[in-house]
Amino acid sequence: MAARSLLDKVWEAHTVRELDNGETQLFVGLHLIHEVTSPQAFAMLEEMDLPVRFPSRTVATVDHIIPTHSRARPLQDALAEEMMQALEENCARSGIRLLEPGSGRQGIVHVVGPELGFTQPGMTIACGDSHTSTHGAFGAVAVGIGTSQVRDVLATQCILMARPQLRRIEVQGSLGPGTYAKDVILAIIRRLGVKGGVGFAYEYAGDVIDAMSMEERLTVCNMSIEAGARCGYVNPDVTTVDYLRGREEVPRGEAFDTAARDWLELSSDPEARYDDRVELSGADIAPSVSWGINPGQNLGVDEQLPRVAEFPDDEQPSVEEAYGYMGLQPGAAIAGTPIDVAFIGSCTNGRISDLREAARVAQQGSVASGVRALVVPGSEAVARQAEEEGLPEVFRQAGFEWREPGCSMCLAMNPDKLVGREFCASSSNRNFKGRQGSPTGRTLLMSPAMVAAAALQGAVRDVREVL
Amino acid sequence: MAEPIEQVEGRGCVLRGDDIDTDRIIPARYLRCVTFEDVGEHAFEDDREQAKGDHPLDQESAEGAEILVVGRNFGCGSSREHAPQALMRRGFRAFVGGSFAEIFLGNCTALGLPCATLEAGDLARVMDAVEADPDQILTLDLATRTLQCRAGRFKVGMKPGARDQLLEGSWHATRVLLEAGEAIEACASRLPYV
Repeated sequence: MAARSLLDKVWEAHTVRELDNGETQLFVGLHLIHEVTSPQAFAMLEEMDLPVRFPSRTVATVDHIIPTHSRARPLQDALAEEMMQALEENCARSGIRLLEPGSGRQGIVHVVGPELGFTQPGMTIACGDSHTSTHGAFGAVAVGIGTSQVRDVLATQCILMARPQLRRIEVQGSLGPGTYAKDVILAIIRRLGVKGGVGFAYEYAGDVIDAMSMEERLTVCNMSIEAGARCGYVNPDVTTVDYLRGREEVPRGEAFDTAARDWLELSSDPEARYDDRVELSGADIAPSVSWGINPGQNLGVDEQLPRVAEFPDDEQPSVEEAYGYMGLQPGAAIAGTPIDVAFIGSCTNGRISDLREAARVAQQGSVASGVRALVVPGSEAVARQAEEEGLPEVFRQAGFEWREPGCSMCLAMNPDKLVGREFCASSSNRNFKGRQGSPTGRTLLMSPAMVAAAALQGAVRDVREVL
Repeated sequence: MAEPIEQVEGRGCVLRGDDIDTDRIIPARYLRCVTFEDVGEHAFEDDREQAKGDHPLDQESAEGAEILVVGRNFGCGSSREHAPQALMRRGFRAFVGGSFAEIFLGNCTALGLPCATLEAGDLARVMDAVEADPDQILTLDLATRTLQCRAGRFKVGMKPGARDQLLEGSWHATRVLLEAGEAIEACASRLPYV
């Protein structure tokens, strides 16, 4: 048999049929839903008088709208409460599992899927959320979908999708100190651009990716969509298998060993065909910070902000727009940019290893005066683990607020928002205009450790100076 | 089946700029809803507020425009279908641009809204022409893959699957997917984990 990539293997296994127009009807092995993009889908289903076809293959959580202060019901925001109730009713009526707040299993959909073991190698995964690419860290083909497609999955457990092209991205060598998975994906997006991945799936490989923990790989795959790629994945290996062993939703005993053997065979064959290949050197990657209004507009913390003329002609209007919005000066250093808010959390960087790294920095000082700093764990399980390790105390002593789990200030659908033109050092994934809840708010994306360093300094700082 | 969409004819509105994300099209605070009914009123709300009347959607000529002419990577970011829903509810029935983000394009197709791409030079000509004469009628023809306006007739690109679904009226995908019948269960039963 011809050499195949993981994408080939997973795609073929889940192909229900191929349509004449080039689209594939793909079976969705795991469907994740949340309160924002699903209520309309259930309503459409009802209008069509169709039942949920495979209720056991859908899992629900609540994350976007949940407050991180008090989660007492009814929620203070009546609109949020209405969405929460709609999700509860839809799940109850259709026999769909809901990871309820307080159950110990609630959290951001892309944090709980992996940590509970719902996410497994070789699956196709869909969710009405663009950061579904996160789950590719396990060697799954995981894509974000819109609400009409959520309806399709509820009704048929399938989506229509054209097979993407495949780009292999190898990050070789090793990373320097203070440089994290977040910096790796920011460097990849800086190199390939925010539209470079449109039509592609990204396969991440090379020494640096091989050496990463599962949580680090989740961070990398999470931001595939910021590169324009609807999905990104890492081939399953021993790290993957070790992470999954013993997780709640994973087979046990002999069944696990059988599954693990299958998982390892899913990895791309050495002779697999790629539509494109790119190589980066880990040693060239520095702790990074975004300076503009899309995640590709980022640079090493020790660099100067690029001049407009350094960009190709057709990109210059976007660069000028970014500088206009951000109020930053080309040629100036990014280090030293004062911040008003520090946010640690999100589906990109709200896991236990992220909080540990941030706490390591936070314990060296206290939050600068005038800076509002919050830590929002990605899930109840992450919060529990952090509590066992005493992390909330470390953060509180340094002057950070320790909150309840949710998406929080990544997209500010709950009460956590920037005000006015505040600058936020953020471990989240998007620095779009207005993303963090203030129409004029400004986001500086960076790793959790860099956010902690910025919180203490009151300004962007090279984390390598404090580690 | 849904209604086949062979042609979209109407006045254009030009929205310049690349990488316009779905947070800008519909800010997240307006996603706090369980229906799409009211999202149209909030399309580009923050951008429009900041443009103080200068935003293309706030020009008199944008009233009743049906084809939105955009730059590259339009609709990047969040998968929120609220974005094309908001633009559709404001009256747009097609998008012509440099390129489109993948999930946005899929969402548009699911709503029967064609997304067509133009080469950079052609896009610049169309944008200039529509801005100079906003009253002209643009015709996007899916069958011939062309966009006709006073500046000329231009070849457009379309994702083959999306174009076929629109032309055939099979863009409401649920019905198409259901046609597979028991083949869905058969596929599921072959998967080791289901």
